[in-house]
Amino acid sequence: MSTAVPIDTTPIDTTHADVTPTDGTPIDVHELAAELTTSRRLLRFATAGSVDDGKSTLVGRLLHDSKSVLSDTLDAVERTSQARGLDTPDLSLLVDGLRAEREQGITIDVAYRYFATPARTFILADTPGHVQYTRNTVTGASTADLVVILTDARTGVVNQTRRHAAVAALLGVPHLLLAVNKVDLVDYDQQVFDSIAAEFSAYAAELGIPEVTAIPISALHGDNVVTRSERIGWYTGPSVLEHLENLDLADSSTTEAVRFPVQYVIRPRSDELPDYRGYAGRVTAGTVRPGDEVVVLPSGGRSVVQGIDTADGPRDLAHAGESVTLLLEDDLDLSRGDLISGVADAPEPVTEFAATITLLAERPLRRGARALLRYGTSTTRVIVTSIDGLLDIDSLTYQSAPDALALNDIAKVTLRTADPLPVEDYRAGGAVGSLLIIEPSDGTTLAAGMVGDRRAALHASVSDPSTGNTAKEATA
Amino acid sequence: MTLTDTVSRERVTSPHLKTLESEAIHILREVAGQFDRPVILFSAGKDSVLVLHLARKAFHPAPLPFSLLHVDTGHNFPEVLDYRDRVVAQGGLRLQVAHVQDWIDDGRLTERPDGTRNPLQTVPLVDTIAAEKFDAVIGGARRDEERSRAKERIFSLRDSFGGWDPRRQRPELWGLYNGRHAPGEHVRVFPLSNWTELDVWNYIEAEGIELPQIYYSHQRDVFRRGGMWLAPGEWGGPTGREVIERRTVRYRTVGDMSCTGAVESTATDVRAVIEEIIATRITERGATRADDQLGEAAMEDRKREGYF
Repeated sequence: MSTAVPIDTTPIDTTHADVTPTDGTPIDVHELAAELTTSRRLLRFATAGSVDDGKSTLVGRLLHDSKSVLSDTLDAVERTSQARGLDTPDLSLLVDGLRAEREQGITIDVAYRYFATPARTFILADTPGHVQYTRNTVTGASTADLVVILTDARTGVVNQTRRHAAVAALLGVPHLLLAVNKVDLVDYDQQVFDSIAAEFSAYAAELGIPEVTAIPISALHGDNVVTRSERIGWYTGPSVLEHLENLDLADSSTTEAVRFPVQYVIRPRSDELPDYRGYAGRVTAGTVRPGDEVVVLPSGGRSVVQGIDTADGPRDLAHAGESVTLLLEDDLDLSRGDLISGVADAPEPVTEFAATITLLAERPLRRGARALLRYGTSTTRVIVTSIDGLLDIDSLTYQSAPDALALNDIAKVTLRTADPLPVEDYRAGGAVGSLLIIEPSDGTTLAAGMVGDRRAALHASVSDPSTGNTAKEATA
Repeated sequence: MTLTDTVSRERVTSPHLKTLESEAIHILREVAGQFDRPVILFSAGKDSVLVLHLARKAFHPAPLPFSLLHVDTGHNFPEVLDYRDRVVAQGGLRLQVAHVQDWIDDGRLTERPDGTRNPLQTVPLVDTIAAEKFDAVIGGARRDEERSRAKERIFSLRDSFGGWDPRRQRPELWGLYNGRHAPGEHVRVFPLSNWTELDVWNYIEAEGIELPQIYYSHQRDVFRRGGMWLAPGEWGGPTGREVIERRTVRYRTVGDMSCTGAVESTATDVRAVIEEIIATRITERGATRADDQLGEAAMEDRKREGYF
């Protein structure tokens, strides 16, 4: 295949502020630049689907139709498509990354894509839908605000669809979007879509997923991906991109007590700052203000926040997600791995607890295995004292308690640590309650885990009417 | 305006840039917490300038707990080297330079027939990492730069040859970065993984970060080769029928003079550059890096060999 990219040497003239992109619509550059520089928030989402659901085409279509693909990349795609005898550009070529994958026509690893619209900036974790699907879906969904699950309108909700939804639910992803693809191949039939959407919404409600939206699309033709399709007149809801742009994101400024794992101790030891001792970290939950009473875990020492420092000057408030430096009033012996916590609901340090883990490595994890545990910023030795149940992702029941776990297994285990850890039940996003199990000899990440029995947590949300199973369809 | 002036200002406005900044600072602090001998790859290109800026913010008011390493092909733009040395002197930083020329002089490397030295940086880089026992090597690469980089980890494991094996890369979940490695191996760290070119420029504008002047429009003698405007120099151009012309240009990336092309541009400040990026119909690497035109899989192959 010819791969040299021809270079357009035309000077870029921004003085006329008018550029005609590949689809022929003129754009006012000054205006677009202003729009793309304005204040906007970041949405992280993941895509999941079975092998032939057209996920790469959907992602390629999102990038292409949101004008995130530039013309030389598109030229290369068009030439490759022609060389393969295709009539229209194969947009999946935009996102197939590694050569090994292109040769086999598959994707084997999570790939990250970036695009922005005037409304929002997007980070997309594109997760392959087969072989390593659990590992990849768990990875992609771990930081996602929303997961897009693709299904083929001709086959509807299949096992893989349910598995992706279940994994998203285990990880606490707050929003699901079911993209019913290839509706062109079922003649844009509303009944086909309605029955798939209803079946999926019912399943998502069982999982306790707070919000589900279903959208009929054709990634190949661009129907309802970025712009709403006239061919699907019976559908009056948003396009996929419109839904992503307008999704309500949880506000991080909560009133919860703070969680602040110490990453590093900042000590300038300079003539101007001989006694400065700051605790560098990222607020993982809650908010913190100077004057707040805090406890340092696991030691239990108490102090008061003297100040919040940043390179941009002192702050009177820091909330979840922000990297800052805390100064305490008392001179406590604090180092990396310690947790600074609000006193109100401070977690109790323990040495034994239950966790729901997913195996990420080829090597098995046996009952009694000794490894390292990473929790927050602390690392300690750990023993897998028991494997309490292997989760069947189709039935969401514990099927057996094997002696060893293999790649992609999801299981409930009991862990015992050498040092006490202030663990807490996993919260969506993983800033609290997430852990890694690491092979000490070479550092391989063997498993990722969530503190607590996540299946039981799902079950609780299912049976608790107060959480409100608000699964709904986007159809009118 | 110098780097030090900007460190105490609150100018980042967009929440998404604040999020990216906090994430990068978190990653850089993880490096300081998890590794014994971290180093920042500093070429004075805009991405490495940004990494340095974020690293200084991450450890403020303490001195930077990392040293800097530059692999100098010997064909760098003099303006860029001047900028590099000024930043190092003003910031009281520690910089080590690995000169590709030294490796050519003592026979460890052989000059290529085309005079391009970009591919020759790999051996001095890997040799220096081994000799200095660097265990974390921080770079400014972004995932949006090139397709094979879309799957790169933020903590990317390299074997003792500096090689990157896709099968040994660890899944990265939540904000838990695993930097453990076997003796002789090291970890490449990319704090800007989730930034796009536009994010970088918007942040540079918001923070008032100074860059080498060649990023902005200026008059320069250039000649045409392989569809690019190259600057003449001792590295071997122009030759034969190549004609030197005076053009109004700027650089979108900074690298070896033999393969870093200028683009014609009248963008004299950050805002104009941002508008140009939005208007541009040429992707960053396709337009200005000759060595990536070698093939679709060129970057993947070089990464396997230990390139940046």
